[in-house]
This record gives sequence, C-alpha cells and structure tokens, in this order.
Amino acid sequence: MADISIRDVRKVYGKDEVIHGVNLAIHNGEFIVILGPSGCGKSTLLRMIAGLEDISGGEIAIAGTVVNDLEPRERGCAMVFQNYALYPHMTVGGNIGYALKVAGVKRAERDAKVRAVARSVGLEEFIDRKPGQLSGGQRQRVAMARAIIREPKVFLFDEPLSNLDAKLRVQMRHEIRRIHNRIGATSVFVTHDQHEGMTLADRMVIMNKGTIDQVGTPEEVYNRPATTYVAGFIGSPAMNFLSGEVRAGESAVALADGSRIALTPAAARAFDGRLVQIGLRPEALALCAPGEGALRARFDFYEEMGSDGLHHLMVEDVPLSVLSAHKQRMPEGQEVGVTVPPEVVHLFDVESGQRLEAGPGAVATIKRMEHAE
Amino acid sequence: MRRAYFKNNWIAAALVLPQLLIIFVFFYWPTSQAVFWSLTFEQPWGGGNDWAGLHHFRELLSDSLYWQSVRVSLVYAAGTTVLGMGLALILALFVDRQLRGYRQYRVGMIWPYAVAAPAIGLAFRYIFNPTAGVMAYVNQVWDGIWDPILTGWHAMAMIVIAGAWKNIAYNFIFFLAGLQSIPRSLIEASAMDGSGVMRRMRDIQLPLLTPTFFFILVINITDSFTDSFGIVDTMTNGGPARATNLMVYKIYVDGFEGQNYSSAAAQSVILMVLVILLTFVQFRYIERRVHYS
Ligand SMILES: Nc1ncnc2c1ncn2[C@@H]1O[C@H](COP(=O)(O)OP(=O)(O)O)[C@@H](O)[C@H]1O
Ligand SMILES: [Mg+2]
Repeated sequence: MADISIRDVRKVYGKDEVIHGVNLAIHNGEFIVILGPSGCGKSTLLRMIAGLEDISGGEIAIAGTVVNDLEPRERGCAMVFQNYALYPHMTVGGNIGYALKVAGVKRAERDAKVRAVARSVGLEEFIDRKPGQLSGGQRQRVAMARAIIREPKVFLFDEPLSNLDAKLRVQMRHEIRRIHNRIGATSVFVTHDQHEGMTLADRMVIMNKGTIDQVGTPEEVYNRPATTYVAGFIGSPAMNFLSGEVRAGESAVALADGSRIALTPAAARAFDGRLVQIGLRPEALALCAPGEGALRARFDFYEEMGSDGLHHLMVEDVPLSVLSAHKQRMPEGQEVGVTVPPEVVHLFDVESGQRLEAGPGAVATIKRMEHAE
Repeated sequence: MRRAYFKNNWIAAALVLPQLLIIFVFFYWPTSQAVFWSLTFEQPWGGGNDWAGLHHFRELLSDSLYWQSVRVSLVYAAGTTVLGMGLALILALFVDRQLRGYRQYRVGMIWPYAVAAPAIGLAFRYIFNPTAGVMAYVNQVWDGIWDPILTGWHAMAMIVIAGAWKNIAYNFIFFLAGLQSIPRSLIEASAMDGSGVMRRMRDIQLPLLTPTFFFILVINITDSFTDSFGIVDTMTNGGPARATNLMVYKIYVDGFEGQNYSSAAAQSVILMVLVILLTFVQFRYIERRVHYS
C-alpha cells in the first residue's frame, strides 16, 4: 500500500515538452482516474510512474521513496496495458505466474497461487490455453490476474478497456472496481472515456495538453468544472457556451442579441463588467414558449436519446442543446424560448478560461492542484 | 482491388516467355541433362552413352572419398551456421536494445551478403595467408601456430570463418527485423513483471524469434551446400589432403578435372535432392508458421 507523490514532473521528447511540470498527490488506497483526450500525455505520465519512461524533470515518490532512478521492478507497481501485452507463447497460467517465476517462487507454491488468482477472475478452466485462444474479455482478465498475483503496492492501468465492446467494457469496469475494493491497492487508471472515469474514480485528474486542469471527485468535476476545457470535456451531451458581459445592476449577463441571463446577485456583484463565457449544461435547461424564458432560439433538429430527447437549437449563430424528458419535435426554424435557472449558470473568464465563482467555497482558484505535501 | 486482365493472350504469353526461356535454359535443361548423365556412362569426349541405371549412385555410396566429402560438408555446414547465426543473433540483440525504431542503417548492413563468394574468398585468403597476411604476424610471434596450407582443420576453420562472415549480415537483418516485430509492450510487461535484460531475452525475445530462427537456419544450411564453391576454390582448392573438399567442390573436381562426368552428374543430383528437401522443409514450415494469436 502506498501513496504517490508527483512533484513538478516534466517529460521532454527531443525538443518537445509533452508534460509541463505536473503536481499530484495520490493517497494510499485511492482510485485515481487520469482523464483527457488522446495525446494529452496521460500514458506518458503513467509510464513515468511505472518506470517505463525516464523522468525528464521533477520527482516521483512512491510510499515516500523517490523512484526516479529505480528500475520498474524495484517500484512495486503492476501495470495492465491497453493491448493486454500477454506473452503469446505462454499459457494463461504461465502468463499469470510469470512474475512469481522470475521472483524464484517454487513451482508448487506458484501453481497454487496462479490457480487461486485465476479462479478469482473466473479463468480457472482456461489456465492451460494460450492467449490466442481467448476472447477479448478473457484476455483482459488474464492481464488483470497477472497484475493481481503480484500483490503490488500500486496498480497502473493504461486504457485497459478500450479494446472491448461496449457491454463487456461496462462489465469489466465494475469488476475492476470490485477488485480494487477487495484489494485496496492504490490505483491509477488512464482513460479518455469520461463515463469510465466517472464510474471508477475516487478522484479524477483532468489533463489538458500536458498539464492538469483539475483534480476532484467526479461530482466536483461535473458540478464545478475549473476551466472551460474541463466544462466542455466532462458531461454528455457537452456543455453549451455563450459569451456575454456581467451587469451587476441587472444581476445578469448581457448577451450580444440583447437577451439577459439571470445570475445570483452575489455572482453578478463579484464580477461586474467582466467579459465571460457562460456554461449551460443541456440537462439544466428547459424549453418554453417563444418570448418566455431567458433565451430566444430557433429549432434546428431533434436527436432521440431514449429516455430523453436532445433538442438542438440556434441562438443567433451559436448552437445550444437542451436535454429534456419532455420530448418536442418541431419544424426547423421554429422559434422557441429557453428557461435558464440562475443557479445552473457556470461562469468562466473569457481570457483565461478559469472558473469564476463568488461567495464561500469559491472554486475560482481550484484550477491547478494542491501541491504534493 | 482492380485487376488488369489481358484481353489478348498473346501479350501475356510474350511477357512471360523470356522468363520461361531463362528458367528452361538455365535450370530445366541442365538439370535434366545431369539426371540423364548420372544414369548413363558418359564419354569424356562425347560419343555414345550406354545406360548405367543406378550404377554411379551405388558406386558413390560405397566410395569412402565421397563419404569423406559429405563429412567435411556437414562440418562446414554446422560451423558456418552456428558461427554465422550465433554472431548475428548476438549483434541483433544488442542493436535491438539500442536502436529501436531506426531502420535506414539496415540497408548498409546487407552489403556483405551481396559480395560474391570468390571475392570474399580472396579477401580472406589474404587475411589468413600464413606467410604474407595478417596471420603472418601471429606466426612470427608464435612460429607455426597457423598453417592452413598443411593443417586440415586450420583450412576448415578458415573457410568456415569466411562462409560465416558472408552470411552474418543477412542473418543479422532477419534477426533484427524479427526482434523489432516483437511488440514493445511485451518487453515492458516482462520488465514490470520483474525480469531483467537477460531474463527478458531468454523468456520473451528468443522464444518469439523461433519462426525467424528456423527460416534462417534452413537458408544458411542450403547456402553452405551450394554457395561455398567460390570460397573453397579461391582459398583452399579442397585441400590440404581433401580436408576442405566440400561436396559442391568435389563435383567440380571430379567432373572438370577428373573428366568423370557421370559421377559428377550423380553427385550433383544428390546435392540437388538435398537442397530440394531443405527447401521443402522450409516451405512446409512457412506454411505452418507457428501461430500465436
Ligand atoms: N516516444 C515518443 N517520442 C516522441 N513523442 C512522444 C513519444 N511518446 C509520446 N509522445 C508524444 O507525447 C504526447 C503524449 O502522448 P501520450 O502520453 O501517449 O498521450 P495519451 O496517452 O494521452 O494519448 C503526444 O503528443 C505524443 O505524440
Ligand atoms: Mg495513451
């Protein structure tokens, strides 16, 4: 069991810096999800923890020991790879037991342990098969078992579920969480899938082009995104953005088309005169009759989502979507109103993209991260 | 994909003809001649030939000189293959660790394979010459330590080294390609599992290299049977005392110097059957390539 402390860590490939001084404190036994789009540096960060990439700058400590110069095997981490990376010439049992074999564990003891771990992930009957004879889900389990058997201090996952079909992915997601709850080792899980991240994480780390934009519980990240980037990335369907200017006198944001979006008085006072981006989640809005509500829009098209309907509108030339169980199909171009309750409005600074929040518990400064220690 | 069809079969025939002609003139014609000669009593200066049946083959198989030639051929085959493949594998393992991802320089490494055997033989004849070459210095320090002209196994060692050198580059390219095609994540997974560099080579890289290994093995053995002529001819002429009288060289000596066409023809038929067998093994193996996934 171990905590991980990442201090001002950088990664440089040739002349390109791809991780720009990242700070992160991961607590013992925590399930951390690193979330971000492809190419933002998630894998690189994970592989620096694992010891598969050199650390160009800064420091990583596991359980209080700086591991910068330690070999992967000396760090006590186990890793599950995206393509599983099973040894194709070894049986399932051979794959699972390989780490113990390398460690010199006696045959009988090793076999017993392999059997026990294989049983725990439902692979007992496949123990003599080669990975090539398994389905994607079974291979995934072998990869998990290979990590579990080592009883590592830290579990590292690099998009381990992205090669599975949707149904299996959800199932394995739950299984991974169950295993985590049972074993309790610190886990760092990399993914680009926000649903996966939301359901698995104790805390999420949202990465953006080699930096960390926000660290927080899934609720925090969803309810109070620290930047427009996080706000746009988390939540599905994605958040709507409109720009305008805060008017304290009217306790609202004035949009270019003359409409007003009401703010809480505290927020309006705190940011009077600021140019802002307004973030509105589709599920926080509702349609109403034209002329009513805060926004005036035209109907664009309708998207069926099952339990809800996603109504795509245009506010002038800015798209805006409204998610509602009250499904309304309308002809294209028809005028509609949109109601916007003041408490659902997210404000962001136009220049910096940082969240603007007034009053106690303001997260305007949540941005970056509490430094390790 | 779109395929082009020739409307006119004449064009197709005209395009294929030169190929067929070459194959016929340089393969089927001489081969059938050799088989025919091996089954008849062939006169050195032409004239009639009488049917001999398997007489020449029976004679060969009871000839101790022939078996001696088979023996040295096997020694040469084993020597060049082990040396050439071993060194190539070690080099490839080192280069793979250092130069993952670099591919251009490989082209440069293939050149020794393209050098004709006699040229290699000439170069090594100089290097190993006991009185004039590099080894002459060794002989000066330690008199008579190196004498391939009189000592049979020195001569054998000499042609083995030359033959191995010729194949190292070729073997190396294939080994390196094989190593580089092993997914990086497997090596990383085994590193996470706690194995060090040597352990990884033994447990992961070498087992996954077996298809490449067998392919190169067959190529090397075949090559040692057929492409060794130039080396022997320039370096030892089969001597001393037939110590390097490889099968392919013996065919030449018996045929063109001993004028025993029929026996030489029988020997080439045997050698050809050997090579065909090896090629067959190789095709069979490639067909049934070990499938991992
Ligand atoms: N070996 C490498 N050499 C050069 N650049 C690399 C290398 N590996 C990754 N990168 C770059 O680093 C950035 C982050 O990559 P990565 O960590 O794999 O992203 P992610 O896992 O978030 O998709 C990318 O821009 C990628 O091109
Ligand atoms: Mg990645």
